[in-house]
Amino acid sequence: MTSRRHLIAAAGALPALALGARAAHAQQRFAQIHMFIPAGPGGGWDGLGRAVEQVARQGGLVGNFQFENVGGAGGIVGLPRFVSQRRGRPDALMVAGSVMIGAVLTNRSPVGIQSVTPIARLTQEVGVVVVPANSEFQNIGQLIAALRAGPGAVSVAGGSAGGTDHITLGLIIKALGRNAREASYVAFAGGGPAQAAILGAQVKAGISGWSEFSEQIAAGRMRALATTGATRSDPNVPTLKESGVDVVTANWRGVFAAPGIQAPARQALVDLITAMHALPAWTELLRTRGWDDAFLTGPAFEEYLRRDIADTETVLKEIGLA
Amino acid sequence: MDSLTGLALGFSHALTLANLGWALLGCFLGTAIGVLPGLGPALTIALLLPITFSVSATGAFILFCGIFYGAMYGGSTTSILLNTPGESGSIITALEGAKMAKSGRAGPALATAAIGSFVAGTVGTLGISFLGPIVVELALKLGPAEYFSLMVLCFVTVSAVLGSSALRGLASLFFGLLLGLVGVDNQTGQPRLTFGVPELLDGVNVVLVAVALFAVGETLYLAWRWTNAEAVIRPVGRLMLSKEDWKRSIGPWLRGAGLGFPFGVLPAGGTEMPTMLSYYTEKKLVDPKHAHEFGTTGAIEGVAGPEAANNAAAAGVLVPMLTLGLPTSATAAIMLSAFQSYGIQPGPLLFQTQADLVWTLIASLFIANVMLVVLNLPLVGLWVRILKIPTPQLYAGILVFATIGTYGISNSVIDLVLLYGIGIVAMFMRRFDFPTAPVVIGMILGPMAEQALRQALTISQGDWSTFVTRPVSLCILLLAVAALAGPRIFGAWAARRGLKAQSGGID
Repeated sequence: MTSRRHLIAAAGALPALALGARAAHAQQRFAQIHMFIPAGPGGGWDGLGRAVEQVARQGGLVGNFQFENVGGAGGIVGLPRFVSQRRGRPDALMVAGSVMIGAVLTNRSPVGIQSVTPIARLTQEVGVVVVPANSEFQNIGQLIAALRAGPGAVSVAGGSAGGTDHITLGLIIKALGRNAREASYVAFAGGGPAQAAILGAQVKAGISGWSEFSEQIAAGRMRALATTGATRSDPNVPTLKESGVDVVTANWRGVFAAPGIQAPARQALVDLITAMHALPAWTELLRTRGWDDAFLTGPAFEEYLRRDIADTETVLKEIGLA
Repeated sequence: MDSLTGLALGFSHALTLANLGWALLGCFLGTAIGVLPGLGPALTIALLLPITFSVSATGAFILFCGIFYGAMYGGSTTSILLNTPGESGSIITALEGAKMAKSGRAGPALATAAIGSFVAGTVGTLGISFLGPIVVELALKLGPAEYFSLMVLCFVTVSAVLGSSALRGLASLFFGLLLGLVGVDNQTGQPRLTFGVPELLDGVNVVLVAVALFAVGETLYLAWRWTNAEAVIRPVGRLMLSKEDWKRSIGPWLRGAGLGFPFGVLPAGGTEMPTMLSYYTEKKLVDPKHAHEFGTTGAIEGVAGPEAANNAAAAGVLVPMLTLGLPTSATAAIMLSAFQSYGIQPGPLLFQTQADLVWTLIASLFIANVMLVVLNLPLVGLWVRILKIPTPQLYAGILVFATIGTYGISNSVIDLVLLYGIGIVAMFMRRFDFPTAPVVIGMILGPMAEQALRQALTISQGDWSTFVTRPVSLCILLLAVAALAGPRIFGAWAARRGLKAQSGGID
């Protein structure tokens, strides 16, 4: 059938088009890396995986990357597959992040992020609390006062229930001495519809990643009241912490290795990512994509991971989702 | 910059040999992937994202737009010929299109779909150029309450496909609503009806269900009941539109385009709702002497309208992306990430900061549209030859085709189990005369309506009156009531008047 021939022709053309970058084989550490993305192509995890490929290959650290995307439900469709199919393989990496921790908990997935070997945290994005341009809330203090008086009356839009945005709202309300269950959280399936609801003032406020809203804030269509990082991301926007709400959250992304690999194999992967992180091309890429560098590896990353899982679980239990 | 200068600038950039080459490649790829069920434009563009490392931004976006528009053209082909929709916007096209193909009118069905796609694509692209920013501001005024009311209005369209028995039709609808419930609930993050199968957490793919119901079910039914030993070769008939066909298609094309574009612009709109509304409208507005063709031999209005609505909506989807940087569909989301890999932050200032790129992109949409109709009309003659294949071999081919396409959606064996499981259900539905279209409508609208309802109620703090106190929502609900009850009241009134006039005559 003609159409099937079309598909084969198209499939043949894709890798040819992808062969854009030229590698200079200087100090190649791996001939091949199998990169597993537990999300569909085009999303944040996929973007990070392909950015690692771009920099590591051009820098001659890795000869070749093989990608596999298994998307769905915050990564917990792909996670069990990575664990069972790549166990003990020293040349496999998986991209994951805070979204997966929440998804494992809300869906009571039998396979958790503890089943894979942490290698490095690479990027993170702080959240931002915004209101529509014509909102009655001029600063974070007024919004906090309204939330303290009655969280139910302040509808807040964000991403899927149980995700980073929802958890941030839960933490804020908890920090104000109210029950996180009182939150009036309106979950939207994607960044687009959530932003539309905020721009159209259908909701009172919104919470999401800084990059989701930054252009709307720059154009004056949304007002940024506070960011969720430990320090200010924008000199004009206060953090929640300095506004008297002791909440620090970030949506982080990193890479993990297969379960059951030997210590030297793990060290080789840590060294690879450390070398990649040191390349000027990586710094340049972070700048063009607008990603915050959050490089963390070894025991420090493991400790961070443990704490993040515990915190997430506490909040999700309080919201009633875990 | 005003729209006309912008367009002139855009065309001057887009009409270079290299950019025309990208457009042609995109149109070709797009048509090919639109034909295949499963592989959609979003996935194709995502797979092509690595080219952003080596191709100029203009070239890449021209390619992507070609793929996006091409997929909308290609999607109708298999809907009509094989009753196997390639993407969700073409599901409604399959209703009348496949029936036309069966009764030897595949050529005109394909032609009206192609020309209708061109007309609607042009209307939609004009809309992007001149109305975009205005329409999108209006669209932002609609919140979850209005969306829920819109979906109530769309549910009225089910009555157009219920068939002879309302009970059977409603049973089908509820089967669709049930399928729509599967997966993680967006408002609470909890899995529903997944039975511990992780592949079900993201729900059941609607294209998979449509393919299972229409193609697999039909094939299994034929394999079960078909006893006629002699191979029947279906008539192919004339290829192009007759004068009559043109006359019957023009109205639906324009109405479909008019319906489709605003729905595409709506941040939670999409391409499916306007195709349903267009189908309903055309069925109600059709010339009474052709009304019997709906659902029997296939009415050309039922192909022309929804197909135009689908393409105009596809154009509309680009409006929130270009004017506000809002990704309202999977394809738009991926295009936005392509913008980002060029270091361009898409947002409300895109039209000012990247005027060259945006207008080149819009100009290339016009070019892609012309290329596609030129590419697709001659293909009609080629496509209809598929129907010359004898029935058993043709249906065997459809089954292979549906299986490959479904596996392509997510490389998951669970999807194949679902395809054949639902296919077997569809076979029995066919045997016992249950209509299959309400299943698809229920499955598309059910989850959307549920989310919108719960979002609206969260915002109103549980106050149900929000649906009637918000004026736009109230208007839409009244329209739905009128669409549902209107024809009956009018019928009763006309009957009484007729009776009176008759009795008056006797007096």
